[in-house]
Amino acid sequence: MSVSTLSLSVWWARLGQARRRTFLGYLFLSPWLVGLLAFTLFPILAVFGLGFMEYGIFGRPTWIGLQNYRDILTNDRLFLTTLGNTLYFVALSVPLSTVIGFLLAVALNTRLIGQTLFRTAFYVPSIVPQVAAVLLFVWLFHPQIGLINFALDLLGLEGPNWLGRPQWAKPAIVIMGLWGVGGGMIIYLAGLQSIPQHLYEAAEIDGATEMRRFLMITIPLMTPTLFYNLIIGIIGSFQVFVTAYVATQGGPLNSTLFYVLYLYRYGFEEFRLGYASALAWILFLLVLALTVVVFRSSSSWVYYESGGER
Amino acid sequence: MRVAESVSPLARDGPSWRYRRSTRQVLRMSAVHLALVATGFLFLLPLLWMVSTSLKSLTQQAAWPPEWIPQPFVWRNYPDAAAFLPLARYTLNSLTITVLFVIGTLLSCPLIAYAFARIRFPGRDFLFIVLIATIMLPGVVRLIPTYLMFRQLGFLNTYLPMVLPAFFGSPLFIFLLRQYFRTFPEELADAARMDGASEIGILYRIFMPMSGPALAVITIFAVQSQWNDFVDPLIYLNKERMRTLAVGLYYFRAYQDTTNWGQMMAAATMMTAPILILFALFQRYFIQGVALTGMKG
Repeated sequence: MSVSTLSLSVWWARLGQARRRTFLGYLFLSPWLVGLLAFTLFPILAVFGLGFMEYGIFGRPTWIGLQNYRDILTNDRLFLTTLGNTLYFVALSVPLSTVIGFLLAVALNTRLIGQTLFRTAFYVPSIVPQVAAVLLFVWLFHPQIGLINFALDLLGLEGPNWLGRPQWAKPAIVIMGLWGVGGGMIIYLAGLQSIPQHLYEAAEIDGATEMRRFLMITIPLMTPTLFYNLIIGIIGSFQVFVTAYVATQGGPLNSTLFYVLYLYRYGFEEFRLGYASALAWILFLLVLALTVVVFRSSSSWVYYESGGER
Repeated sequence: MRVAESVSPLARDGPSWRYRRSTRQVLRMSAVHLALVATGFLFLLPLLWMVSTSLKSLTQQAAWPPEWIPQPFVWRNYPDAAAFLPLARYTLNSLTITVLFVIGTLLSCPLIAYAFARIRFPGRDFLFIVLIATIMLPGVVRLIPTYLMFRQLGFLNTYLPMVLPAFFGSPLFIFLLRQYFRTFPEELADAARMDGASEIGILYRIFMPMSGPALAVITIFAVQSQWNDFVDPLIYLNKERMRTLAVGLYYFRAYQDTTNWGQMMAAATMMTAPILILFALFQRYFIQGVALTGMKG
């Protein structure tokens, strides 16, 4: 024992400083590197491979080539429905939550009485556990005795059967998500507060109107934050699952059958793991493509401070 | 905008102008306040409604127009909800997972973040880009292979699939801690090294004690993520007694034939309360933490 410790310390002493650092660096990273291999890289490769297989719960996986993909793209009646539902959700919820979150942050960034109180009011709903929030909204959306339809009633409108009608169920799910815009708002607020005041002062001296200052200073300087949140928002919205699973189970008439819910059904209710893997890989490519497009577009609208003096 | 109105050079233009301007401003600020009060209420009403419903009798739940004050206060909804499904047991299960996950996170993430922040070695910057990329990876891609892997390992109906990954570090937490460590002056670690401190020593004796806020932030995020997690417990735990609170709450909806919204909202309130209490105690860290996640590397 002591001999091996001794030889270890000799080996350590002989190692150059740079090598020692490298060794230590990788030693410290090793948990993450192992995790990266086991929980990220292996699953990505495996899901690609599984997509070419037929794999039931008890059977052995058998290679069937492109059959899953062919089935998805030509025979699967619900694939396009579910893709359409998901795109609808992304197209509605990402812009809405961005705009509402940003506007709330702008409003909160003025000189306000009770700023902290307002901030808390908008932020708290975003930390309510998701399942609890969904159950609460199922209750709020109750067609006969729900609070939302009561409010509409007061306005003289007849509230719909939100979660029971195909044309209303998706907007209802979007609204549930919008209740949590407070998280994004906090991010925008932090961004707004880091904009240097002297920029506004200089612009004001130059006679820029408030609207102009907003458009020429606030918006450009916020684009990096908006960009980051757009990316995260798109990736997250494509994976909408819990709200629909708890509130509607994909109904009525598959109107809230979102992509991940569909994938979940194949994977964990019908146990067609190969087919579900092919679905996962398609979603991955879709999200990747969209992310790349947004990244590419960023050079034309995202403002990056140049490295010079400021 | 918080543009310094009081020192505005335009104020020199004369008193009448100044007067008009400030009237307009007062009007506008009142409008902003009013709008914010209204929307603020809109955001908080659902929560109040949840608590209010949780204390109502079956008949009063169906009252039209809806009534805000429970009459009588049906406190029994809480014990009844906890008897309908073993919510105490589920709470214990959620707590177990959460605590183990936090322990794993606090053991692994500082170590990894320190290497990214303060040890210079070849390949580090490339690996950091890989780390960022994994933050953006859609989790659903991993779902099926990870499930198969854990099944193969015999981990179904154990808490290991939820807890084990924490011991290998979570990308977002590593990133946040790394950013925090980078704010310490470079000389801090260098000076300690000159004095013969080991890297482990620098991390645990100097960096960790100085990182209270950052550690609080990742602890809070870790607690939130596990307390709320729905998909993993749904997939990995089939035994009823092993369920977490989030999954249990879902079955509350699935099992009840005549819906007692009072009991269901009581259960929802019980699940929400710990997070709200945590927020009340550590508000600063919640807000700072969320703000940090929005900043680029």
